[in-house]
Amino acid sequence: MDNTILKIKNLSKIYHDIKGETLAIDNLNLDIKDKEIIAIVGPSGCGKSTLLSILAGLEDKSSGEILFNGKQKLGYMLQTDSLFPWRTILDNCCLGLEINHINTKENRNKVLNLLKKYGLFEFKDKYPNNLSGGMKQRVALIRTLATNPDILLLDEPYSALDYQTRLALSDDLYKIIKQEGKTVILITHDLAEAISLASRIIVLTKRPCQVKKIYNVKLDKQSCPTENRKDSKFNEYYDKIWRDLDVNL
Amino acid sequence: MSTYSLEHVKYLKELKRKKCQIYVTQILIIIIIFLIWELLSRLNIINTFLFSSPSNILKTISSLLNQNHFFNHVWITLYEIILSSLISLLLGFLIATFLWWNSFWRKVFEPFLTILNSLPKVALGPLIIIWVGASINSIIVMSLMISLFITIINLYNYFINTNQNYIILLKSMKATKYQIYKKVILKANLKNIMSTIKINVSMSFIGVIMGELLVSKQGLGYLIMYGSNVFNINLVITSVFVLGLISSILYYLIEFIEKRIN
Repeated sequence: MDNTILKIKNLSKIYHDIKGETLAIDNLNLDIKDKEIIAIVGPSGCGKSTLLSILAGLEDKSSGEILFNGKQKLGYMLQTDSLFPWRTILDNCCLGLEINHINTKENRNKVLNLLKKYGLFEFKDKYPNNLSGGMKQRVALIRTLATNPDILLLDEPYSALDYQTRLALSDDLYKIIKQEGKTVILITHDLAEAISLASRIIVLTKRPCQVKKIYNVKLDKQSCPTENRKDSKFNEYYDKIWRDLDVNL
Repeated sequence: MSTYSLEHVKYLKELKRKKCQIYVTQILIIIIIFLIWELLSRLNIINTFLFSSPSNILKTISSLLNQNHFFNHVWITLYEIILSSLISLLLGFLIATFLWWNSFWRKVFEPFLTILNSLPKVALGPLIIIWVGASINSIIVMSLMISLFITIINLYNYFINTNQNYIILLKSMKATKYQIYKKVILKANLKNIMSTIKINVSMSFIGVIMGELLVSKQGLGYLIMYGSNVFNINLVITSVFVLGLISSILYYLIEFIEKRIN
């Protein structure tokens, strides 16, 4: 009995339009283990976001299988925070609870606890416009956590932010994920982010995407992302993955 | 208040002063225009029979105020505006929602709506009178013709152009279409809905007056028509005046509501 939480088997996705069809994902196979953080990197336009959309149920697959081990709740986080400007921070966080008709006092208290734990409690009655970009993304993460998902699907969650904020939020994300004990599938184009955050990195090929290589990241001392960036093995991984990506302009 | 720096206090004062200046200038312009108008008519440079004069308008207003039926006319026009505006907003909302909900019917109806919207509706006036009859119903139908299509087109364009990320987010939470409509489409477009209401009311206004000019035995449009038929320019200009007053009151009323909502 292994601890595989999600199995992707021979997944393919074809996009159709009037000019023809495009094979976006070609027979992709991947196993994801419980409580691991995996980062998916690949050339831009390779179909990594498509993969995540299919997992999140936002798009249909063309063929293949996605098998969850038991009933797993998913939480999907977009590139932009997409907080509703007409809702307070607390109400934004409770959106998923409302949609699923579980906006009970108990669940609301859980959200309040999350806000408290991650330094956003004093902003709970404020509106998103009053918060900085980094804070808004943190609220978006709490909104994702509110429904207590088992697997978090993060689609380049911090790519819209400036570099310093991104570094700080990587640490933040790592801390929160570890504390809440979640499985994470993170899509990113930032190799440094991937290496410093993930325990496993999946490198995808150009479109149609397949798994090109899988790295088990073993740094000398596993720590928070900003510390991991200073690790001696960090650059080694960076070089290898960079070569895998084979970026030409 | 007193915690502000001297410079900031000065800045606030300056801001207030400029605002005041604008108001005063606006009022002055109105007064000057009326004064010139009055002066020209007193000096017999313009013919008051054709152009009326402010003093004549005042006289007409005061004599109209003494007649009960003047308020009747104003009330009828107002009633028609409110009624047709409500009907077209309600219908517009329902149809726009339906078209947002169902992309098949949206694509089917899109060209029809565009054609209906660009058609000069006054051309339908005679037909409407024949079909509906020379009554208040004709006026309402005329007004609906003018305000409904633009309301539908505006609303569904706003609906379908709602920030896609909001919708993706809700879909990822497994929201139903109704939940997306209620929690995103309506809420994200509150401002746009208010501006559509503004357009709708002014379009209904145009439609009602147009209808009253064509058929009617009551209302401000009727007074204008009647005035011009018996060559009572005072009555015509006074009625136009009252119309202007009503439309600005309606406009500011909606704007007030709009501000309260935001």
